[in-house]
Order: sequence, then C-alpha cells, then structure tokens
Amino acid sequence: MALAFKSTGTRQLKNSLAKWLITLGGISVLFTLVLIFMYLLYVIKPVFDSATVEQTSQLSLTSSTKTLSVGVDELKEVAYQINELGDIRFYRLTDKNGHKIGSQLFSQQLVSNGGEIKHVVDSGINYKLIVDSNNNNIVIAPKFQSVYTADSREIIARIDYPLGEEPLELDENNASFSKIAFAMDSEKAVFVAKTNDGRLIKTTLLSEDSFDYDPAFDTIFQEIEFYSKKVDEILITPDLSLAFVQSGNTISVFELDDEDNVTLKTEIKPKTTITSMALLSGSSSILIGDNKGQISQWFEVAGEGGRDFQKIRSFNNSTGEVVAKIYTEQFRKSFYGVTATGVVDVFYTTSEAQLWNGKLVSSQPDAFAVSPRSDAIIVVNNNDLKIFSVHNEHPEVTWSALWNEVWYEGYAEPDYIWQSTSGTDDFEAKFSLVPISFGTIKAAFYAMLFAVPIALTAAIYTAYFMTPALRKKVKPTIELMEALPTVILGFLAGLWLAPLIESYLPAIFLMVIFLPLSTLIAAFAWYKLPKELKIKIPETLAPVILIPVILVSVYFAFALSPVLELHMFGGDVRQYITNELGINFDQRNALVVGIAMGFAVIPTIFTMAEDAIFSVPRHLTSGSLALGATQWQTLIKVVLLTASPGIFSALMMGLGRAVGETMIVLMATGNTPILDWSIFQGMRTLAANIAVEMPESEVGSSHYRILFLAAFVLFVFTFVVNTLAEFIRQRLRDKYSSL
Amino acid sequence: MMKNSNKEQQNMNKWFRSGSPWIWLSAGGVSISLISVLGLLWLIASKGLSYFWPADIYEFKSINDKGIHGTVIGEIYDREFIPASQLAHTAVKLPPGQETVERLLVKTGNRELVSLDFRWLLVPEIQTTTKPEEVVVIERRTNGNFYGYIESVILEGKEVDITRLPELLERVDNFQEEIDSLQKTHIGAINYKIERTRLKERKYKLDNELTEDLAKELNGEVAALEAEYKVLEAELMGLREEIARDQLVVRAMDGQTVTINFEHILKITYNNKLNFFDKFLTFLEQISAFLVDDPREANTEGGVFPAIFGTVLMVLLMTVIVSPFGVIAAIYLHEYAGKNALTKLLRIAVINLAGVPSIVYGVFGLGFFVYMVGGSLDQLFYPETLPSPTFGTPGVMWSAITLAILTLPVVIVSTEEGLARIPSAMRHGSLALGATKAETLWRIILPIASPAIMTGIILAIARAAGEVAPLMLVGVVKMAPNLPLDGNFPFLHLDRKFMHLGFHIYDVGFQSPNVEAARPLVYATALLLVTIIVALNMTAVSVRNRLREKYRMLEH
Repeated sequence: MALAFKSTGTRQLKNSLAKWLITLGGISVLFTLVLIFMYLLYVIKPVFDSATVEQTSQLSLTSSTKTLSVGVDELKEVAYQINELGDIRFYRLTDKNGHKIGSQLFSQQLVSNGGEIKHVVDSGINYKLIVDSNNNNIVIAPKFQSVYTADSREIIARIDYPLGEEPLELDENNASFSKIAFAMDSEKAVFVAKTNDGRLIKTTLLSEDSFDYDPAFDTIFQEIEFYSKKVDEILITPDLSLAFVQSGNTISVFELDDEDNVTLKTEIKPKTTITSMALLSGSSSILIGDNKGQISQWFEVAGEGGRDFQKIRSFNNSTGEVVAKIYTEQFRKSFYGVTATGVVDVFYTTSEAQLWNGKLVSSQPDAFAVSPRSDAIIVVNNNDLKIFSVHNEHPEVTWSALWNEVWYEGYAEPDYIWQSTSGTDDFEAKFSLVPISFGTIKAAFYAMLFAVPIALTAAIYTAYFMTPALRKKVKPTIELMEALPTVILGFLAGLWLAPLIESYLPAIFLMVIFLPLSTLIAAFAWYKLPKELKIKIPETLAPVILIPVILVSVYFAFALSPVLELHMFGGDVRQYITNELGINFDQRNALVVGIAMGFAVIPTIFTMAEDAIFSVPRHLTSGSLALGATQWQTLIKVVLLTASPGIFSALMMGLGRAVGETMIVLMATGNTPILDWSIFQGMRTLAANIAVEMPESEVGSSHYRILFLAAFVLFVFTFVVNTLAEFIRQRLRDKYSSL
Repeated sequence: MMKNSNKEQQNMNKWFRSGSPWIWLSAGGVSISLISVLGLLWLIASKGLSYFWPADIYEFKSINDKGIHGTVIGEIYDREFIPASQLAHTAVKLPPGQETVERLLVKTGNRELVSLDFRWLLVPEIQTTTKPEEVVVIERRTNGNFYGYIESVILEGKEVDITRLPELLERVDNFQEEIDSLQKTHIGAINYKIERTRLKERKYKLDNELTEDLAKELNGEVAALEAEYKVLEAELMGLREEIARDQLVVRAMDGQTVTINFEHILKITYNNKLNFFDKFLTFLEQISAFLVDDPREANTEGGVFPAIFGTVLMVLLMTVIVSPFGVIAAIYLHEYAGKNALTKLLRIAVINLAGVPSIVYGVFGLGFFVYMVGGSLDQLFYPETLPSPTFGTPGVMWSAITLAILTLPVVIVSTEEGLARIPSAMRHGSLALGATKAETLWRIILPIASPAIMTGIILAIARAAGEVAPLMLVGVVKMAPNLPLDGNFPFLHLDRKFMHLGFHIYDVGFQSPNVEAARPLVYATALLLVTIIVALNMTAVSVRNRLREKYRMLEH
C-alpha cells in the first residue's frame, strides 16, 4: 500500500513537473519574440538620447593671473593652462599614484625677458601660436604621452616647438599685431594678421621637409589689399585654403592657396550684428553668432552665379543673449555657443538639434576648450578650472534627420541621402532612411505587381475549378516554389535573368500582351471544338492545354524581340531608352527584382488565398448555382466575396515577405540608394542595406545603431502586417464555422 | 475563319457571358506558375549538370578582319547571335541581307599564357573547325585548365615514353596525398598544440599561477613541438623537391611549348577520344570530385566539400536545438494551453516568428548572441585569448542558434498539426486507464505524433539549409581555413566560422573576380542545394501524406 502510494506520488510529481516544463517551453516562444523586440530597442535607444553635460571635477589654479588658453589630454587625466604671464602649467585631474587632484605636474615659462602674452591662437587642438608683448611669436604644441608602469598608467606632458624654439619673424616691418590668425599642417604654416600700422598681411612658412621631423622652413611675406582699417576677427581654415576676415558686420573671404597673390573670393553680409564667429570641423562651414542669440551656419553652394556662401540654417540659443563665443569640436559638426553670462548651448549642425543647454559658470569663461575626443569640456573662470564630461555619442541622429531632407555641406540643396562610409577622414556620414525605405517599397511594389495577378488567378482556378485529382498534383508543385532558397532565385535573377532581359527587353513587354491573348485564343478555339473532342479534352484540363500554348507564345515573344528592336528601337533598346527617352537603364533593375521576388511571393499568396477560397462552404456555392448563376457569376458574387478577407490576408503575408526579402534584392539590383520609381533602375532596400553594411559597421557607432533601427522598422512593419493578416484569418475561420 | 456575321457575334457574346474566357485566363495563372517552377528546376538542372559533362575540344583556325591567321583551342562555352549592324565598323564581310551574325564564346584556358581565358569568335571568320583527338585537357591546381598537345613526359628528370602517363599521374597522386596529410593533419596539429600551450601559459599568468617551474615546463613543451615541426617541415620539403622533378611538356594553341610540373596536375583527359560511355564515367567522376574536393582558385574551381560539411554541421546543431523547443511549444499550445489571452498572444508570436524577415534574425543574432552573450563568455572563460575573441565573433554555434529561432515556428506548426489529427479517443482511453497526462503524452501521443514531428524537423532543415541572409552576419565566411570538426581536441570547434552552400553561391557568383569562369560552378552548387532542399521537402510531404492516411484509418 505504501509503495503504491509513493509511486502515485512520484507519478503525480512527474506529471506536474512535465506540466510546468512544457508551459515554460511554450511561454519561451513569446519570450523570444519579446526578447528580439526589446533587444533591438535597447540597441537603438542611445541614438535618440539627448546629450548630458555633468561636472566631474573642479580645481583651483595656482596662478592668479588671467588664463588665456586651456587644454586637456585624450584620456582626460591632465589639463593645462596658459596664463597672461607666459606660464604653461599642467594639472592632474585624477587621484592616482599617490598624487592629489589639482596637483601640478609640470610647468614651463614660454615668454622670456619678463614679457606678457598678448595673444594665444589655436590651430586645431595641436598647435598654439603665442604672441608676447615684446612682439616675439612662437608656436608650441603641448604633448601628452602615456607611460605604462607595472600596474598603472602615467601621463607625461611636454612642450614641443614644431617651428623651432627661436621667435618667428612674421612681419617684414616687425610691426606688432592687433589681430592674428594662424593655421598649420605638416608642410605649411599660414599666418594672417592685422598690424598696428594698418596693414593686413599674410605670412607663409613653407617646410623644407615636414614639420613633423624638421622645423626648417622658408618664409614668404605677402600683403593683402583690404578696404577697411578695422578688423575684428580673423580665422583660417585648417586646410589653409581660406581666411575669413571680419570687419564690422561684413566678413571678407580670401583665398590663400596662391603664394603670389591673395585674392578676395567673396563677402558674407549676414544682415545682423556679428558678435562672434568660428569654423566648423571639416573647414567648409563658418558659424556666425549675433547679438540676438542666433548662430547661423554658412557654406559654399553652387548657384547660378557660381559658388557662393549661403546661410544654410540658424540656431537660437536658449536665452536670446549675445553670442559671445563659439567653440567647435575637432572632428564632428557639433558646436558650443557661450554667452557673457556663462550659459552654454550645444548644437549639432546637420541634424539641426539643440543637444543641451545650461549655465556652466557665472560669467563669460576666460578660457574654454573641448577635449580631443569631444567627451569633455574644460572651462576656466576666475582661476577655477572645471571639467564637465559630455555624453553626446550620436548627435548626428535625430528622428527628423532620419526622415527629412537634410542640407549637407557641398550639396546644392537639402536632400535625402544615405551614404554611410567613404574613403576620406573628414567625411560626414549621411543617414537618411528615406531612400532605402523607398527602395523597399519600390521592390515590394514591383514584386506584388508581378505576383498578385498570377498567384490570385492560379489560386482561384486551383481552389474552385480544378478537379481534385489535378489539384492534388498542382498544389504541392507550386508550393515547392516556396521551398526554393532565395539565394538561388537571386543568383538566377542577377546572372541569368538580368542579362536576358537586357538583350530581349521587348520580349518581356510583348509577353504582357501575348500571354493573355494567346490564352483567350486557345479558350475560344476550345469553345469552337466539336462536341466529341470536347468530351475527350474537357475544360478541366485547361491548365494543361495552356502549357504548350503559353510556351509557344513565349517563344514567339522572344523570336519577335530582335525584329522589333531593329525596326522600332534602332537596333538597341537600351540605347533607345537612355538616349531617346532619357531614362537611365541599369542591367539589374526593378523589373528583374519584380519578376524574381514575384516568384518568391507567388507561393505565399497562392497557398493562403487558395485555402481561403477552398474553404468557402459548399452550400453557399451550391445555392447560387441552383438559383441559375453561372460558375463564373457564383465565383465573383459569392465565393470571392466570402473569401475576400482571407485573400486580403494572403496579400498582406505576401507583402510582408516581399518587404523583408534580402538575398534576391541584394543580388538582382545594383544596391544604389536612389529615389526613383523607374522600372529600369535599381534600388537599395532596408534588408539588403543591412546585409551589405552590417559586417563593416563599428559596434556601438551611430551607423551600427541605425542599421539596428532599420531592422527594427522591418520587424515592426512585418509584425503589424502579420498580426493583422492573422487576425483577419481568425475572424474568417470563425465566420465559416458558424455558417 | 471568323466571319463577322451576326451569328458569330452572338456566339462570341454568349461565350463571354458564360465567363469561360475568364476561367481560362485564371487557368493561365496556374499554367504560368507550373511552367515557372518546373522551368526553373529544369534550368538549374541542365546548367548545373552540363558543368560535369566532359566537353568536346575544338581547334578553330580563323582569319580576323586584319588578315591575321590564328588558332584557338578550347571548348565552346556559349553562342549567340548579334545584329550585323554592330559589326558595321569592323572589316568583317558579310553576305548582303544577313541581319545577324553568330559568334562563339570559347573557353581557352591557359591562363598564364593569355590575358583572357575566354574569347569571342565570329563564325564567319572561322576557316576550319576540327576536333583533334590528341588534344588534352589538363586540370591543374592553379591557373585553371590547360588545353594543348602533349609533347613529352619527364620522370625524375629523364624523358620517358608517353604511355607511362597513367603511372606518373598515380605517382603524383600518392605524393600529393602524403603532402596533404603532412601539411594538414600533422603540421596542423602541431601548430594547434603550440597555440594552445601558449594560451595555457597566458592563462596561468592572468590567474597569477605561473610559477617558474610551470613556465619552464610549458616552454619545454613548445620547444619539443617546434622540433617536431622542423622534422616534418624537412620531410615536406624533401617530398616537394622529389615531386618537382616530374614534368610534362605541352604545346599550347599558339605553338609555344610549356613545361608543367606534375605537382600542379590533377587530371589529364583526352576529351575528344572519349566515347559516350567513357564520357559518362568521367561525368560521374567529376560529380564525385565536386562533392568531396576542396575548392581551388578562390572558390571558382574544384569542389565544395567544406561548404557541404559546414551546411550539414550547422543544420545538425540547429536541429538539436530547435527540435525540443519546437515540440514542447507545440505540445503546450495543443495539449495544455487554455482558451485565454495568453494562448492568443502565443499564437500571434508563432505567426510573427515565422513572418519576421530573416535578416532581422541575423541582426539580432549578431548583436545579442555574438556581441553580448559571446562577449561575456569570452570575458568569463577565455580571458587568455583576449583581445582576439573566441565566442565574441560570428561562428557556427551562433549561426545554429539564430537559425533555430528562425525555424522554430516551422517545427511548432507541423507538430501541432500532427497533434491535432490524433483522435481524442486515444487520449481519453489512456487517461481513463489511469495514466497521468504526462504519461499519456510520453507513451501514446508523442509516438503517434512522431512522423509529424519528423516532418516539421525536415522542413526546418530544408528552410535552414537554404537561408543565407542571417548567416552572412552570424558566422559564414567565403573561405574557412579549418573545418569546425577535426582531429584536434576538443574536436568540435563551435567557435569557428564555416562555409555554407547558399553563401557559396552568392559569394562565387557575385564577389569573385572572374564571374564568367565561375558561373558553371555556381550553377552546379545551386543544383546541389536545390536537390537537397527539394528532396527534403518531398520527403516531408510524403511523410505527412502517409501520416494523414494513417489517421484517417484510425478514425474509422
């Protein structure tokens, strides 16, 4: 008794254990779907996060004079300050290796003979020009080096003199400067200055070899013709090609490339009171701040009268105060607008996004710098140095930049552009999802255009007119198509169909006419057959009878194609389309994709539509036929009407498949992201775009996350379509069972 | 035939009213679908099989429009007609009124001698076409085929009679086998062991357990292995030197003689001497070589064995993962789930898992499995190899898991259909006799449903074998140096990347530099893949049909 009881207990235990396990297994399906959804969201989310700026450390500077310039190393461990007395001092920003935050690491006197620094001018974040009150000019480069010891990392700072330690002679007449700008690369250093004796000069130092190894150079002095005595600000682009000279509310742009002659290229007149200006990374755009708190971006646009600077877009700071200073990032198109009251606004130009704003210090900072990796800013005010960490990984991506036209530098007008990578370094990635979403819709549209008529007619005939014996053979054959790997369809489309269509283009359009026509002729011929023959070859064999008919008409279409080409299109349709019609012709175009993907979609639509029509209750059709309707009338008025929700859901499923198909589109189109409905041009779809670019994208980058977004868009789209289709099918099934 | 009389008109109208034309039009849809399915299969089969059929080798003597004589030896690869107008600017003389000109694409091989191994010949320019019996096709390890005449055979530096050719070929085969086994098996194993010893040392170091004795021991191991390596390398060099002394002197189509080392030769055939039966034998040989050989020449020649192996292994792993989950989910849905919102949600989830584009699974697999799960596994278990990832990079395991999710709905739907067809009387009978629900499931339901489960698994395999898009993100490569299964511990390397038939088609057909030369191989690969998938599907369908018959009998 006890044994039996125990065994019953174990059995019960096993039973409930099995129940729990199986329930768990069942729920895991739902869990998987939710996991995919959540994970995609998790990867995408940071793209849309706004920037944050947080203070991480603060230290008091040891010098009491005014700070002219600051900087920080890549790892944000050491900051430096250049003060009016000519000192450069390096401070530690972290508690490490027994040193306290704010302790001085190293300092050096940059100015001799007790002079004071008058100007510190930056060229990028690497070089600084120091001009002192004795009119000595020197270029320094603060350098940081990581040294690894047994268990820690130490940053060592030093000062390099890329143009030599001797003061540079920048003016033939040795005049002092009221304004000076400077920029250099490894071969050339250019200085543009307003002298106190009223000249605007340009001085070029040409390296003999490269400034990276050897500070030796030749000097070229030039004088620039300039109408105004007053110069408020001068900027030189990092590529040393242009100088912007602000005089009052006019900015004159000079071309610097010519070593013999400096020419005035154009003038920018922004019609406001200019209070500050800065160059955006990439040296194409200039930012102009005004007294009403507006910062506008200008770059050259090819217009009717040649290339000219145009106001592209403008940003309003949060307070409407005067824009006192604009600071830009080294590699990205972000910039910081600073007001006299210490309010900082962070913007990104191309996405037109205001990323952050807030009051960082109580008045206009003495010095302000963006860290080399753009992940921090450093602000000095009244001998307090503050470090703010900036979390701003994806400023270029906003919802509107993804879906709206964006005006990129170098383009004539705003446009939808997808261009994620390029060969050059200062390239700005262009992420517009519009062209690839459009490509997806285009591909799906042409596929459906091809597939729907064939799949639906086939489904109607198979479900309603076909004899059961034939249906048993035909249905699995067509469904076999669904099993064909799409990579094979894509390969045939790209390597066999595309060249075939290219050389027999008229045949394709002839077939559109020939196939229905020959079918009707065959039907009429059968109708005219004598009775005895009609019994031998019944109408139910129509699909079989039509196979040779269609094959023959296809043959005729192909045979006629070269003749038609010769007489109507001058021997080459492709040339005709390109030259006479002015339409671009790609070999791998929407027509090829439409046909190939159509084949992939036909079985999906066919199977489900056939099921829907076949399961229309028999008594409905019998009733209709009994009342004297013909077969065809019954089909149109009763069967199709009843089955229409099922057919609709079949179409939705087909659409879902066409939208997500990857390999066919990848192989059968040129994958160019263009916005064009033309049937003779290719496209790039979301799915193909992911397949092409995902393996090369850097994990965690904006590009990577946007590709996830593309996957998410596909996921959500197919989710909606499938759920809707399933819902409709379910309703239909209930309706049938109640009939 | 058709007079425009009133009676005919009425007849026509009557015909249209009957709806018969529309019925015929819809029948046309069926016909087009059938033609396209069967046509597609026929196209792949014919193009794929012709790759293996030994082609006749022709010698064309021609004069081009500048009056220069030329000889071209090769196989006819393609022929087409072009409009005569395209030749208007050349000096080719055509009989007046001729609108098209035939031209032949000839595969001439001999890649090291001529810049193009394919060339177009205009038929009017060809003077004579012959099929010389003495022409041989030499299949080589590098540079593709060679077409020409054998001049002399050199064995170990001495010229010997041409009748000893088969003997020499066998000799070279033996040598190659030895070299292969040395290179791949022995030297490969030593390299692998050295790498593992190094990693072991690094691991000890990371764990601060590396004592001096241990370091010495490990270094000793490496030194011993390296010594062994040197011996094998010397042996390999010796073999190579020996084999390099066998040579074949051949005359190419332009008359120059070329010496080919036997070590590069795979096979020599006199294609034009073969009768139908010989050709058929060669055809079979070619097919089997295609199935068991490694690819050569950046995948454009040779076999597809690693791709077959990779596909099969990945699919097997996937089956192991997907079967239990799919079956359990189906059992839950059919046997346990109540009629509530959760079940509805589950069904929607299954439908959606089936409908989500495959590339989305690839993206998810790459982000979640490879970078997130794989990255964490590396941190935990393989810190010694970092920063080079072990599981934090695409590989065969992640591919199998990703495809398992993709094929999950296939198994669920098929299994559930099988469960639904089991008459409830069987369940009730079992329960009435006192069995618990779990016992009923295990002893009664599952055995009866097993063919349905098999159907689901077969369909899942067919689906997985043909899927490429997600694999491109989670583990497939164009050329894997090692198979994921080999003789080195732990034998099954789940972290390795693999080759796949479907990706092979995409890669060779679209990414290889010489697409024209690679195309027949792509067709052959496509044929192989289609054959596998169609066979799997047909099996599944027939299993299902037999099952349906069986249930129908059970019900009565």
